[in-house]
Amino acid sequence: MSKQPRSRWGHRRSWVYVLLWAYAAFAIAPLLVMVLNSLRTTRDMALDPLGLPWPPTGQSYLKAWITASFDTYFVNSIFVTVTSVLLSTVVSLLAAYAFARAKSRFFAALEAIFMSGLMLPVYLAILPIFFLLDSMGLVSSLTGLIAVYAALGIPFSTFILAAFFRSAPVDLEEAARLDGAGPVKIFLYVMLPLVRPAVATVIVFRFVPVWNDFFYPLILIRDASKRTIPVGITSFFGEYQTDYATLFAGLTIATIPLIAIFLVATKQIVTGLTAGMSK
Amino acid sequence: MSHRRQSKRRPRSSGAALPTRTALLFVAPATALFAVLVLYPLATALSYSFFSWRGIVRDSWAGFDNYVALFTQLPYRNDLPRAFWHNLMLFAGAMVFQNTVGLGLAQLLHRLPRFKRLFQTIYTMPYLVSPLVIGYLWSLLLSPLFGSVNAMFKAVGLDSWALPWLGDPKTAIWAIVFINSWQWIGFPVLLYGAAMGGITDDLEEAAALDGASAWQRFTRITFPLLTPAIGTVTVLTFIGAMEAFAIPYAIGGSQGNPAKATDVLSLLFYRTAFQSGSTNSNGISSAVAMLLFLFIFGVAVVMTRLMRRWERRLT
Repeated sequence: MSKQPRSRWGHRRSWVYVLLWAYAAFAIAPLLVMVLNSLRTTRDMALDPLGLPWPPTGQSYLKAWITASFDTYFVNSIFVTVTSVLLSTVVSLLAAYAFARAKSRFFAALEAIFMSGLMLPVYLAILPIFFLLDSMGLVSSLTGLIAVYAALGIPFSTFILAAFFRSAPVDLEEAARLDGAGPVKIFLYVMLPLVRPAVATVIVFRFVPVWNDFFYPLILIRDASKRTIPVGITSFFGEYQTDYATLFAGLTIATIPLIAIFLVATKQIVTGLTAGMSK
Repeated sequence: MSHRRQSKRRPRSSGAALPTRTALLFVAPATALFAVLVLYPLATALSYSFFSWRGIVRDSWAGFDNYVALFTQLPYRNDLPRAFWHNLMLFAGAMVFQNTVGLGLAQLLHRLPRFKRLFQTIYTMPYLVSPLVIGYLWSLLLSPLFGSVNAMFKAVGLDSWALPWLGDPKTAIWAIVFINSWQWIGFPVLLYGAAMGGITDDLEEAAALDGASAWQRFTRITFPLLTPAIGTVTVLTFIGAMEAFAIPYAIGGSQGNPAKATDVLSLLFYRTAFQSGSTNSNGISSAVAMLLFLFIFGVAVVMTRLMRRWERRLT
């Protein structure tokens, strides 16, 4: 595709790059400023808002991490995100395989119900969710939060995985069956290795919204020691209002895992984002 | 992208059916989780809105009283239309930005010989960062004292632009519209790019040979073939704009400061449910939730239908 004749286009290349770099600067500058300012002191920022962090200082990180409890928030966030994404991926893998291979109207209807979840604003049902978790003693517990995120991840994960299972050739399964393998064995040893790329997409792509979410913990978590990073940030912004350097450090800490995952898994992110196209 | 091709192979899978009993076992965990934590709460939320409440105790059947209260009682009577209007502004702003700047960037990136991935990565980065972080970050950047934005305006001689953008009720919502569009744009750029990649080169080449200018090729070939992508992005933009919560929360708090100038429907819902102090807060807030729910889901379904019909007419 890239080997196109671009004779007409060639001489305009330079201004194309100018425009693209200009927008790139516009898109990235606020995030850069966030990182740069997190390495300065608040006093320095007040004197010169546009200054550079020279010499850089890590003081604000120390303060955010220890005094402002970002260490606790960070561990909670990692635990909640990893566990819930794994849980929703596992249950979605099983369901998606059944959707792709079972032939009955019942499963088609069930899949349609799951898919409707892609468009439903589920967060509006937060009151019943709260009461439900409360009745099970799961308010202010990470377990409750994990279960909610896992359930919310099912529509997208099933959607992607079912499409991959459907595209997998059935010959392998038939061969395995003739060799006497049962459905569980076939699923584990034949199908799972085939859909590995889709599993990567689902994991990476669900990681982002769960890590970023703050609505559910804002309501479901009452105990400060159970806060995840986003909801921790809201109280932190109230307490450290004028301590700009620490605020910038907190925001950077919340963003680093995303940047890391994005740089490692750009391909999966792009696949996940453009998957919506075939809906 | 790829499933469109894959789904055509679906009949082939008919050979390897899974026994129904095994299939039921396979779907059981996901179904249980989804039913208990998504379907049941959604259905219950609807029923909540038809009762009056005393705190957390469900009282008597109220019919549509809670809904009527939303349109006749203060503060809901004032808050609801204002918040709704702000959501519409978020939607309109994002639409304008992504279908001008976003579409332009996607077109420039299309067939870029080098650095395409790099640009895509940079443009998508703000979209992946938590909207809450983005909201707080911009509230710092736009701060009148320390903020880099006003410092920059002053540095280039635009002193009259160095305003308290988020403190003035007249400009605060526009700032949020801008921040929201800025964060969201990576998504349309990626999707439009993917759709452009799906258009065969032959068409454009043939048109170029026939002497069509770049602009003509864009308006007559690329743009019409992009309508499905634009439709999909429009539906998702609509849903995102109607559900907006984190950016306004970070900037104006749950009260939509200053003077409710940044209030949106989700904030109104949150405030009514958890901060109103009214004994019937569950009833009223559930009515808000249901109206918003029906509006989002209804419009999304209608838009998707219209899109499909339009696509069929094009092909």
